[in-house]
Amino acid sequence: MATVTLFEPQSAPAQPRLNYLTEKTGLMSWLFTTDHKRIGLLYVFSITFFFFFGGFFALLMRLHLLLPQGWLFGHETYNKLFTMHGIIMVWFFLIPSIPNTLGNFVLPMMIGAKDLAFPKLNLLSWYIFMLGGMTTLYALVRGGVDTGWTFYTPFSTSYSTSFVITAAVGILIAGFSSILTGLNFIATVHRMRAPGLTWFRLPIFIWSTYATSLILVLATPVLAITLAMIGIERIFQVGIFDPALGGDPVLFQHMFWFYSHPAVYIMVLPAMAVVSEIIPTFSRKPIFGYKAVAFSSMAIAILGFLVWGHHMFVAGESAYAAMTFSFLSYMVAIPSAIKVFNWTATMYRGSVQLDTPMLYAIGFVALFTIGGMTGLFLAALGIDVHVTDTYFVIAHFHYIMVGGTVMAFLGGVHYWWPKISGKMYPEFLAKLSALTVFLGFNLTFFPQFILGYMGMPRRYAAYPPEFQVLNVLSTAGASILGVGYVVPLIYLMWAWKYGESAPDNPWRTTGLEWKTPSPPPKHNFEETPVVTWKAYDFEAQKEELHLG
Amino acid sequence: MADPIALALREQFHSAEQQRETSTVGMWIFLITEVMLFGGLFTAFSVYRMSHPAAFDQGSADMEFWMGAVNTAVLICSSFCMAMAVHSAEKGKNGRLAFFLILTILIGLVFLGIKFTEYYLHYHDQKLPGIVFHDTSPDAAYVQMFFVFYFLMTGLHAFHMIIGEGILGAMLFRTLLGSFSERYHTPVELAGLYWHFVDTVWVFLFAIFYIPGAHMK
Repeated sequence: MATVTLFEPQSAPAQPRLNYLTEKTGLMSWLFTTDHKRIGLLYVFSITFFFFFGGFFALLMRLHLLLPQGWLFGHETYNKLFTMHGIIMVWFFLIPSIPNTLGNFVLPMMIGAKDLAFPKLNLLSWYIFMLGGMTTLYALVRGGVDTGWTFYTPFSTSYSTSFVITAAVGILIAGFSSILTGLNFIATVHRMRAPGLTWFRLPIFIWSTYATSLILVLATPVLAITLAMIGIERIFQVGIFDPALGGDPVLFQHMFWFYSHPAVYIMVLPAMAVVSEIIPTFSRKPIFGYKAVAFSSMAIAILGFLVWGHHMFVAGESAYAAMTFSFLSYMVAIPSAIKVFNWTATMYRGSVQLDTPMLYAIGFVALFTIGGMTGLFLAALGIDVHVTDTYFVIAHFHYIMVGGTVMAFLGGVHYWWPKISGKMYPEFLAKLSALTVFLGFNLTFFPQFILGYMGMPRRYAAYPPEFQVLNVLSTAGASILGVGYVVPLIYLMWAWKYGESAPDNPWRTTGLEWKTPSPPPKHNFEETPVVTWKAYDFEAQKEELHLG
Repeated sequence: MADPIALALREQFHSAEQQRETSTVGMWIFLITEVMLFGGLFTAFSVYRMSHPAAFDQGSADMEFWMGAVNTAVLICSSFCMAMAVHSAEKGKNGRLAFFLILTILIGLVFLGIKFTEYYLHYHDQKLPGIVFHDTSPDAAYVQMFFVFYFLMTGLHAFHMIIGEGILGAMLFRTLLGSFSERYHTPVELAGLYWHFVDTVWVFLFAIFYIPGAHMK
């Protein structure tokens, strides 16, 4: 029988039990910590900073686009705004968002380990990340970059007069932080699992994070070397990508998207990981089709490497290459759809409870589905030629990255907040802001689908007057979305200090991370757990979880 | 004296065995990332070689073939010494371990010496793209591109060699301190993996840069 006696509720200890937050205090105990939970929090602070920074640029752009001819900035400044928005959001928020914060925090606990395989490397990766971030901010302070986050050549290597190299160096540095994190996670999942925790007993979160880590270690080095080549061409003016010097700009696009398309899956697989935890918990049912969901994560990671050419349908790719990439892009929709169907089937006939994390998770499924479906439009050659470089593309990937990843990130933060902080957040306010985020998001980005379909190009500081109504709607949505992001920041900080104490397992769910105290002690478990049950086995843990 | 294994066991692991296996997995993953890093350059090089075969052959004919060939032999010798060092570590023979580490370091320095001599000769022949490059052939732009990749790739390789020398130096230092034994010598094994990887990269670099134009001398 699968009884669980990992952590007996203690009879009121005389002194409060030491946890990872109280075990050591002072600034130095944080700056030199090797505890995966503390490093996770260091990342939370850093990426929250970058998120609001990048979001601020987005808001400025939306304000500028209130009027057809624009009214706040010159065109060059506008170029720099969307570039810095993209660079900061992609490399300093989205890529590290879930893996480095929530992943860092819960992954070792979920597999019953005391820490990641290489704790010092983990801390090093945070320092490298901050160094990369500071370098990029330095490029911004010096005057910014105007190439777009995609650094297309030859503009980036020969013509742009902005701080391309500084920003590229910042991204390159941050890339090494990604590589170290991915390496750490893979080694941890292979070698640090608790006794009895076989691969098919792992929570889906682990499978998806593992798939993400594979992409991190395989794709990021290619980005590093591509950025290095840009730097070399720019500094020495020797031909690599610039056609005037004998290079091939399309090769740059191939190499850039060989990283940057898988990078989309670096962003969304961890989001799927979070949602795959939240939905079973608030449906009180094991995830439907465990193996299908687990393998679909791996399939996405593998197929994700074979579709980069769909970013270049109009860049002079051969018709055969374009057709192949189009076909493969359709293929990658299959594992994504399997996930959506399985999440839905998990909720079907479950006792669904609409707590805040579940609201975010359902929002994720809805928005990810729209983002994914419009991705299929873009994978179709004919439609893609029509909407290439329009707001349709912008709307599509924001549905995946903001509607998908940011929703799941917020859902995950709420879901694990009791474990992280040991405090409960105000439920009503949280539900209200989840709703605000969902509405604000759709109001911001749905009009952009229409704008793009009607032909409004991306990255322009002005537009024809007939597009104004939709642009105003989008800007209005962005302001609502902004409020939806600021409110959780405020009440979560409030809850950290004044919130109600959280029980060890507030959601009465099955994962190992809920079988330690909230907040957990330094080494997570009093004793190494021995796992004899499958993931999400509510039936086996019925008595322990008091599920009637 | 305290048990060296207990001292070397980090708090996140349950056993020395788990620690050894995990470190090895970590090193292999790191080497895979290295393959991808060099892989990007190999891909770009191959693309341009396919488009400009004549110019790339001409660039290759400007290589110091014999220096490259000798350097290949030098690195294979260093790999042999590294393998002997790891073998000695496994047997717990610290004297032999130190001897072979020193030998590997010295042979690595010989490689770097020859490499930088070559660089100097290219500079002397005005084949240093972006700084001083002189070529009169109609394909000059693509000959220069050959040299761009040559310097990028062998430069990145030489950088890895220099890091490797540092790692081997650290291993030697720890050997002399008596940190390693028959039961605990994982760092030496991992340094060996890294060293062999860097040597293997060179074999490919030799094949793509030196051999194609060797017959044109």
